[in-house]
Amino acid sequence: MRTRQFRPRPLSERAESLANWQNTPFILSKPDALRGVMKIRNQKDFASGILLAVAGVSFAIGATNYGFGDSARPGPGYFPFGLGVILAVLGLVILRGAFARGSGDGEAIGAIPWRPLIGVVGALVFFGYFLPRLGFLISFPATIVITSAGGAEFRWKDALANALVLTLLSYAIFIHGLELNIPLWPA
Amino acid sequence: MDLLDNLAIGFQTSLSLANLGYAFLGALLGTLVGVLPGLGPIATIAMLLPSMYTLEPTSALIMLAGIFYGAQYGGSTTAILINVPGEASTVVTALDGYQMARQGRAGVALATAALGSFFAGTVGTLVVAAFAPPLATLAFEFGAPEYFALMFLGLVGAIVLASGPFAKALSMVVLGLLLGQINTDAITAVPRFSFGVPELMDGIHFVIIAMGVFSFGEIIANLDRPAEHREVFVRSVTGLWPGRRDFREASPAAARGTLLGCVLGVLPGAGPILASFASYSLEKKLSKHPERFGKGAIAGVAGPESANNAGAQTAFIPMLTLGIPTSAVMALMIGAMTLMGIQPGPQVMTSNPALFWGLITSMWVGNLMLVILNLPLIGIWVKLLTVPYRFLFPAIMAFCAIGVYSLSNNTFDVYCAAAFAVIGYLFHRLGLEPAPLLLGFILGPMMEENLRRSLLMARGDWSIFIARPIAAAMIAAAVVLMAAIALPAIRKKREEVFVEKEE
Repeated sequence: MRTRQFRPRPLSERAESLANWQNTPFILSKPDALRGVMKIRNQKDFASGILLAVAGVSFAIGATNYGFGDSARPGPGYFPFGLGVILAVLGLVILRGAFARGSGDGEAIGAIPWRPLIGVVGALVFFGYFLPRLGFLISFPATIVITSAGGAEFRWKDALANALVLTLLSYAIFIHGLELNIPLWPA
Repeated sequence: MDLLDNLAIGFQTSLSLANLGYAFLGALLGTLVGVLPGLGPIATIAMLLPSMYTLEPTSALIMLAGIFYGAQYGGSTTAILINVPGEASTVVTALDGYQMARQGRAGVALATAALGSFFAGTVGTLVVAAFAPPLATLAFEFGAPEYFALMFLGLVGAIVLASGPFAKALSMVVLGLLLGQINTDAITAVPRFSFGVPELMDGIHFVIIAMGVFSFGEIIANLDRPAEHREVFVRSVTGLWPGRRDFREASPAAARGTLLGCVLGVLPGAGPILASFASYSLEKKLSKHPERFGKGAIAGVAGPESANNAGAQTAFIPMLTLGIPTSAVMALMIGAMTLMGIQPGPQVMTSNPALFWGLITSMWVGNLMLVILNLPLIGIWVKLLTVPYRFLFPAIMAFCAIGVYSLSNNTFDVYCAAAFAVIGYLFHRLGLEPAPLLLGFILGPMMEENLRRSLLMARGDWSIFIARPIAAAMIAAAVVLMAAIALPAIRKKREEVFVEKEE
């Protein structure tokens, strides 16, 4: 058996450790661990997890409106219910991963790019609403100008020229060439 | 010789003047979209489908196939010239191709890619012609459990090859399957998840999802990025023909790449991508000068290019014989066949031989056209890359908008596409890959039907999927694939591959 030798620590060292008592692992281990649990380390995974879990639960709940049947006679709700549950579980797995240490770069999701979003979606909604009402020859170039406005490099002259060329081209290809059934003039 | 007879039937169809024209148009369009960044074959096929109702089914499919391999080819052109791979499967080409271009050997690199692809395409076409009929015969033995197992394997393949975390890719497949449940139940005629909206009772058209997520979502994401100034290093390309030494180095690489591509292309998932990565690492291992790879080794262009083209051909085998898509593009092709009133599956070969063999031979014709077309047109593709994005994206938007509307002359579809544009952008932002979603969406109804039929057959006993040998083999393959990506070594390799890809 080895005998233990008592060696006193130097005084300066003891004073230092006393002065830094807040940093000793014993005292702060608990809040530190808590912080580790609560911190979202990956915003993208956090948001994806929630979205997918919500989608899964909604589909599963929706599926209960249709007959579930049983394994021998699966009803219309059988497959979507199972899938909804699987998706919800996967969503939770991803959500849990968002808190794990080393779960990616922790890159922020960032701001919403309103301009391109409104430009593209707005142009589509505009096209859908006005095509049957104003006809192709008015609504189509307008759609192109709205889309172009979604870009930061928007210039009226370029957008109008582009609209003119594309309208003529589309007229030639889709209406003259392929004879698609599209209303041309205001109804 | 049956094979020769069949090929003769095929060539009668594919060499008709009209079909040659469509193959040409498809190859040209495909190259164009492959060259233009941010516009891939999925978005293009989705955009064109509605206007194809008027075409004859054979011609339409020939043209779609042309777009598919044209896009592969166009993608390698930009990979070589400006280090921007237009398609996922040409990422590897950029490694050495771009270095060759910087050394003033862009012409040689392009010609190598073209000739390698042509060789691979020729072999691939023969493989498809030789193996499709016996597989189609085998396919008649397939019952509901086998179909379900095969689709399961296909989805697992898509997950394994998707970039990013496993759980996210799997969720996207499941979400796709669920979106496919918005329809009227095929067995009991109960409308599901339609909230009383009559348009939803027929289900959402896959073109709407493809366009919303791939075209519109992508445009929003592109506009959000600071305008990048793409530098075109190569303004004129001279000296196309490879020298004798180039030939000696490139030919064996092309042969090995072709072989790899033919085998890996049949696998469900993303065959051509896997094939090109595998070929690159094989060539690097076999080479006497592995240090030259990444610095303009010609074998690093010839091998992967041949592999990806051969894979693109043999990827047609499961689609033609079983009616089961192995990738999102194949799923669109199946959708196109259904739209034109042809039920995809093993019976197409016997009920519609002109279409079946015409499509196969047109692949070879298309490949020949790509060589003839692309070598002289390289200058034009280089110029095209200088068109500013502010002119390009409204054009893509405009053609898509017309396409969505004319699907069924209904504005509801346009609103739906607008909704999927937002969803698609959200996916992009959250790092959720949309390709597995689309595959899941297309397979969803088929999978459900086959699952329910299998369970009916087995009176609710799930063991039917392991009791039948073919089904069991496919389930086992899927399990092995899943286990494989869970293993740390392979997982690391997979991550490396995708890190390279994202650059």
